[in-house]
Amino acid sequence: MTIRRYLRLLPVVPSVLLLLLFLLAPVAWSFYASFTNAALSGRAARDPQWVGLENYVRMFSDDSFPLAAWLTVVFVAASAVFGQNVLGLLIALLMTRSRKAVSSWVGTAVVAAWVLPEIVAAFAAYAYFNRDGTLNQMLAFFGGQGPDWLYTFPLVAIILANTWRGTAFSMLVFRAALADVPQDVSEAALMDGAQGWQRLAFITLPLIRSSIATNLMLITLQTLAVFTLIWVMTAGGPANASTTLPVLAYQEAFKFGDIGYGTAIASVLIVLGVVFGAVYVRLLKEQKS
Amino acid sequence: MRFATVLPVVAALLAATACSSTPPTAENKTLKIVYQKSDSFTALDTVMQDAKKEFEAANSSVTVNLEPIQANDDDYGTKLALAQRSPDTAPDVFYEDTFKVRSDVDAGYLLKLDSYLEKWDDWSQFNEAAKAAGRADDGGIYAVPLGTDTRAIWYNKAVLQKAGIPVPWQPKTWEDILSTARAIKASDPTVIPFNMYAGKGTGEGTVMQSFYELLYGTDSTLYDEKEKKWVVGSQGFTDSLAFLKTLYDEKLATSPAEALDANVWKKVFGEWFPQGKLGATVEGSYTPSFWQKGGPYEWAGYEQDMGVAMFPTRNGQEPGGVSMSGGWTLAVGAKSKNAELAFKFLTTALNKKNALAFDVNNSQIAVRTDVAKESSYVSANPFVKDVSELVKVTHYRPATADYPRISTAVQVATESVITGRQSPEDAAAEYDATVRKVVGDDKVLDR
Repeated sequence: MTIRRYLRLLPVVPSVLLLLLFLLAPVAWSFYASFTNAALSGRAARDPQWVGLENYVRMFSDDSFPLAAWLTVVFVAASAVFGQNVLGLLIALLMTRSRKAVSSWVGTAVVAAWVLPEIVAAFAAYAYFNRDGTLNQMLAFFGGQGPDWLYTFPLVAIILANTWRGTAFSMLVFRAALADVPQDVSEAALMDGAQGWQRLAFITLPLIRSSIATNLMLITLQTLAVFTLIWVMTAGGPANASTTLPVLAYQEAFKFGDIGYGTAIASVLIVLGVVFGAVYVRLLKEQKS
Repeated sequence: MRFATVLPVVAALLAATACSSTPPTAENKTLKIVYQKSDSFTALDTVMQDAKKEFEAANSSVTVNLEPIQANDDDYGTKLALAQRSPDTAPDVFYEDTFKVRSDVDAGYLLKLDSYLEKWDDWSQFNEAAKAAGRADDGGIYAVPLGTDTRAIWYNKAVLQKAGIPVPWQPKTWEDILSTARAIKASDPTVIPFNMYAGKGTGEGTVMQSFYELLYGTDSTLYDEKEKKWVVGSQGFTDSLAFLKTLYDEKLATSPAEALDANVWKKVFGEWFPQGKLGATVEGSYTPSFWQKGGPYEWAGYEQDMGVAMFPTRNGQEPGGVSMSGGWTLAVGAKSKNAELAFKFLTTALNKKNALAFDVNNSQIAVRTDVAKESSYVSANPFVKDVSELVKVTHYRPATADYPRISTAVQVATESVITGRQSPEDAAAEYDATVRKVVGDDKVLDR
């Protein structure tokens, strides 16, 4: 009996190994490197030294780090927690009530942005928000004159682009969740005289709470890691106005060749992801009990 | 309990994968050559293809693997450094920026070439400055240059003439530049009179083709080579920023938004100059390579329309002009298993024929005296003579490992000034603070 139980574990072994090798090992290496002065060139590249907490101390005396951390929080809150989540829920709710044809057209349009590879979506967004881009051409058509979005409002442009790109995922999650809401509960509330917004607030939302939490967790982690979109649209500029933690980590590690400092920033990002993840998992557990 | 049974399986699997790699065979002689290639830079690729053919014909047992990296200068440097970290991926011969030679030697990436160069007859053809480009702190030579470059003012004669400026034009002071630029603006407000790069968007271009021409024309410098210390608090630094501020504030240069676009140089070469929308800019001696036949922005009229002038010192003081030089080299990997062959390939790629082809096709300034005398080099474009003479007033960047960070700090300072975020004084003070933070107080010289 016990042998069979162990044998059943055997098929899992390769995937566990792969996870260890490709997921945990780089994470562990990143943490390790963040305590060294490893570099791409110079003496430190030949013989990296253990420097303890030096990189982390430096982080807090470095003006660009607090700014990048703040921009990351704003970016995640605005584009994922608010933008993708709320917009996705709204579209999903409207789709349940609209005609089939309308809902499938809307669905296709939203999903189209999502299936684009990140680099393609990034170039599309760049072409849209650029000074001579689509947005300003449309504004010009109506007699308006738009600013240079990527220069004047870089973070806004990036938040909008990420919302545009990621909303489809939330929409799909909520579509599935809403389909599972039992009709009779809603109908019973209707009989009791509940208004539309009351049914939404007291029936529908509580019933799909766990989907909301799961969705929030996934899109938060995904948005924390967004790099290509920002790099292509603004490269973190102008004057660091859109430098989030992944962009900062990349610049430090690869532009300045300072692997140690870059991995320290990356490690903070990993910890941030773990904290967010833990909070959401906690929320999920509380609902189940 | 459960782990006790899983562990042996893990161990067995790991052992199996560890054993599966086959040992390399002794006969298998291949050389891995890594260099840069991009849409606007194919001259080196052509040279490498030729060298491969030539080398393989002479050494039948050797295969040459050309591995061009498609990237801009920054990304190329990163990819190269990443490849050099492991002996499995390190190239045998590679294209290396002169200003990275010293720090990459410190990193142990480059092979010392002195003993090989002794036996290479052609080495005596290289001029002394070129030989020094590949010298590290220990006095040894680690890299051989392909060519060098200088920076000058490139101007559109037609635009200047329209504004009543006689050509050929040679400004003697910064003030001459401003008065000419203002005259151009007055005659045609749609033209960009005098562009100089600024901000992080154009990266190293901002400092090489703009800021340093200003800084080194004051009596200040970026780095004191004698004391091996970085200079802070200099009036020249603030004044250089102030000059840029004037250019941008008076709209004599492009708009700040456009200046921060990493692709602005494409507009300079591809649109503004050929369309007569730009008076002048500071750019490298390689400028004609963009417009030559086969270049990315072919423009047959450039030989008649364009003129070149030396960038003046601030008040016209000695030596009268400023230029900046860089250039690229070929080096042999310190981890190369076939160093002898690798060096032999390097000499093939840099022989007279190939060096001449590269210098002509890429508008480089020759570093081999025999190439410099060739008629096809001298007549490659009408500007060869002028830009070659700038070698007399040129400066090189301090090639220390800290340099990329200092360069970025300068770019940030220019960006703050042209966008109006900071005054030249504040931006210079922030630069000083950054330098102190990067290199430490004991490596700073307050002037």
